[in-house]
This record gives sequence, C-alpha cells and structure tokens, in this order.
Amino acid sequence: MTTTVETPPDRADAPVVAPTRSAGSSAGRRRLPLGWMIALPVPILILIGWHLGVQYGWTLPFDIKMTFLPTPGEVALRGVDLAVGGVYDDSFSGTLWEHLAASTLRVLQGFALAVAVAVPLGVLMGRSRLLFRMLEPTVNLVRPIPVTAWAPLTLLIIGFGDRSTVFLVFIAAVFPILLNTISGVHQVPGRLLEAAAMLGTPKLQSLYKVVIPAAAPQIISGMRIAMGLGWVILVVGETVGISTGLGALITQAREQSRTDLIIVGMIVIGLAGFIADRLLTLIFSVAFGRRPIQK
Amino acid sequence: MSVPEQHAADIVMTGVSKSYPGAPIAAVEDVDITIRAGEVVCIVGASGCGKSTLLRMVAGFETISGGSLRVAGVEVTGPGPDRGVVFQDYGLFPWLTVRENIEYGPRQARLPRTIVKERATQALDSVGLTRVASSFPHQLSGGMQQRVAIARLLANTPSVMLMDEPFGALDALTRTEMQHELQRIQRDAGITVLFVTHSIEEAVYLGDRVMVMAGGTAHGISGHVREVVTVDLPADRDVNSPEFNEIERHIDALVHAGNARRLAPAG
Repeated sequence: MTTTVETPPDRADAPVVAPTRSAGSSAGRRRLPLGWMIALPVPILILIGWHLGVQYGWTLPFDIKMTFLPTPGEVALRGVDLAVGGVYDDSFSGTLWEHLAASTLRVLQGFALAVAVAVPLGVLMGRSRLLFRMLEPTVNLVRPIPVTAWAPLTLLIIGFGDRSTVFLVFIAAVFPILLNTISGVHQVPGRLLEAAAMLGTPKLQSLYKVVIPAAAPQIISGMRIAMGLGWVILVVGETVGISTGLGALITQAREQSRTDLIIVGMIVIGLAGFIADRLLTLIFSVAFGRRPIQK
Repeated sequence: MSVPEQHAADIVMTGVSKSYPGAPIAAVEDVDITIRAGEVVCIVGASGCGKSTLLRMVAGFETISGGSLRVAGVEVTGPGPDRGVVFQDYGLFPWLTVRENIEYGPRQARLPRTIVKERATQALDSVGLTRVASSFPHQLSGGMQQRVAIARLLANTPSVMLMDEPFGALDALTRTEMQHELQRIQRDAGITVLFVTHSIEEAVYLGDRVMVMAGGTAHGISGHVREVVTVDLPADRDVNSPEFNEIERHIDALVHAGNARRLAPAG
C-alpha cells in the first residue's frame, strides 16, 4: 500500500506523506520535502573551491599543492573520453568498460568464493561449540592482518595475474561474512530450533531451514561489508602485472603522472562499489520480497 | 469448523526424574502418572517446582535422568512430530507467512502437496485465521500468534499437545477467549493435552485432572507431585459456581501448603 499526497511545489512546508519504500523496511524512512536539494550546496561548493584552488594554485593543509590537480572540468572531459572516446583519442580512450568488466569479474569471483566458504563455515562455527573453540582463535589471529599486507606475499606465492587479485578479494571478503554469520547464528533464538524439532525437523536440516533464515539479516550485512571491501582491495590487488582493471588503470595513470585519469579511476571505483552494494540489496529484496528477513 | 483428524495417545510416566549435574537437589523427582488418550491434564505449582521441566521432558527437549516416560507406548528419546509444543512466546518462524508456518510440519513430513494445502486450510479455519493467512507473525497480536502456533500443531496432527504457559503473556480478555477456543479444539480433535499454567482457575477450567507440583530450589526440596486432583465437574464449567470455587480453593491450599509449613517454625 503506497499512499502519496501530492504537494504543490510552492508549498514546501506542507506535510508530505512519503510513500513507504517497501513493506520490508520496517522503519519506513520519511523523506523530507525536497530533501535532496538540501544536500546539493555542499558538493557544488566543493567543486567551485576545487576549481578555484587549481586556478590560483592554492596550498592546503598537508601541503596539498592544488596546482598539480586537474580542474573538475578536465576530470569530467577525461571521464567522457575514457568512457566513449572522441576527446583526447589516446591509448586510454574508450577503455573504461574493459577495465570495469575485468575488475567486476575479479570482485565477483572473490566475493562468491568468500560467500561459499564463509557462510557454511560460519553456520557450523556458530552452532558447534567444539568447532568454534577450535577455529575462533586462529580466525582472530589471521583477521587483523590488513588485506593490503597480503598483497606482496600473494604476488610471490601465486604470481601476477587474475588469481592473485581474486585471492586478495577473497581474503578481504571472507572475514566480515564469517564473523557476521557466526554472530547471527549465535543470536538465533533457541526457541525456533525447539519449534522446528517438535515439528519434525532433523538437526542437520534445521541448519538451513531455521538457522540460516533466522541469521539472514546479519549474514546479508556481512556480505554487504565484504562487497565493499572487495572493491577497496582492487587498487592494491591490480597494481602489478595486470594490464586491465580499474586498479591497473590507476597504476598506469600514476606512472604517467596523469592526475585527471587517477581521479576518474577513483570516481569509477567508488561508483562501482556503490552500485554493487545497491544491486546486492536489490537482489535480496527481489529474492525475499516482503518477507521480514532484512533489517 | 473441523479440525484435521488427530490420533490421541496416552502418556505413561513411572518414576520420572531429572537432576542436573552439580545441583544439590533434583529438578523433578519420581513422578508417576498415567494420562489417558484424549485427557486434559493441567500442571500447577509455584515457580521452580519443575512443572516446565516435566513438560520439556515429555517434549524430548530434556532427557530424563531416571525412570521411564512413554508416549503411545514408546519411550521418549528426543523431540518428535508426534508431540506438539505450544510455547508461551509462540516460537513462530518470523520469515514465513501464517500459512507457511502452518504448512511447515506437513511439508517436513513430506506429505503430498494437496494434503498439505488441505490440512493448512482446515487448521487455519479451525482457529479463525483464514483472513490473515498471508500475513507475517509480527503483524499479528499475541493472541493471534498463539492461534497460529496452535493451528501449526493441528496441521501436524500430533498425538499429544504440550502447552507451556501458552496464555501467560496474553491479556485477561484474550486469555479467556483462548481458553474457550482451546477447549473447543480439544473436544473436536480429541487430543491429549498436558498444560502447564500458573493460574489455578485456568487449570480447573480446562483440566480433567490437575497435577499440583511443589518443591524447588527455593524450598530446598526436589520438585515433586504433591497431589493429582480430579476435577469432577461437567463440561462448560462456570468459574463462578461454588463447586468450581471449592476445587480452586482446595488446589490453592495444596499449592501453598509447602510455604505454610516452612513458615510455621519461624512463627
């Protein structure tokens, strides 16, 4: 049920009944009238400041020398050229999609692998005291090692190429999913397992019939964190020995001191991570419909 | 409003005991009772007397540490679909609709789809939930959720219904309504019911017999059966009749007898 009250545009103070986003989201965020407009001045001011800073060669704290930066306009032009070509027509023109596709594939592979390992393992560790006490110390010993610290070693023991990057994405993604799954499973009310048992569910079946659905909100939030980290690791994971990928693009741009290209690469990775998160959320909301499974 | 066909079973306890390792006294000691198929037995007693533990042993959630506990002649070794449980906090699956919650048991039993549907429809109808079949549990009131829990059992055709203070969390009006409803369903289904409650009135209203339990860590005595009172009143009991009140007073005295004895030396 969505009820929308049309508000005349000249009466911004009139109460607006925002349409509920979906029956699944219980909080039902209320949108402010013209809420998005209130967010506009800040980015606009940043862009203006950026442009002026470059033009007049400002030096900011941290000794940021703005003379070395391209203007926002130049970045935008470079972005267009990278996406569709026709502006500069150099070796980078029109290559964006190739880089994006290569990176996306690596992130998805590493992510899928992490889900396949971390969800079952997390369910077992969450349910079995023995397994938890056996594995938890090791997990917490390995987990604090930053993924970026894995990169040099990975290049030596796996070698240059796709597999190293996929492995790094896997390492980045596996811990948030694992830890969230374990904690989600720990919070499954014992009552639900009793209910399942007295309705004739064998113990092993109740793992996927009861434990996973009941822990789903936490498993999903673990997956979202993992997906985000997967994109973060790209910049490091695609640094050496790889010619396509957004990380590789940024590395090549740095080697040629092309700041405009670096900034475009940064923006694309950020956008890709953002869109991936939205797609993930969309997939879950399509899969579960209005089931109260997502928090 | 017919109820899916049920087959009642008897419950035979001989010397049933439960003690936890390290505890100085037993949670439940030496319970002997034979509950006939189709009988309604209510268990009352002060907190900690072991009444819930006893019920959970019949359900198979707790193992017995002594004696023998048979349902339909078979020794209880763990939970099973022949013994349905209604919990005070409902225990419904929040991610399933009302109908799916009710279909869960029959599906688990791998019954043909048509029978699953038919049973669910019947069970929904018997507790008056047809209208909310596609709602989710959290959208319903406590009383409605408990109806779903009861319907979920009816669809699963257990031979024994175990109820652990099922109406304890409901308001007084809903509670009375649910008591009437349970009584109707029990008569329709002819099912055996073991019903744990804090309310003596509820116990006398519903029970063919009332089992009064006493003891517990607070009293330093193991949980045990003090007396089993037969409620010799006709069906459709009037809670305000003198006969009803007499039985209620008698049971009330039994429940509190232990405390009086304990206080006597001090006073």
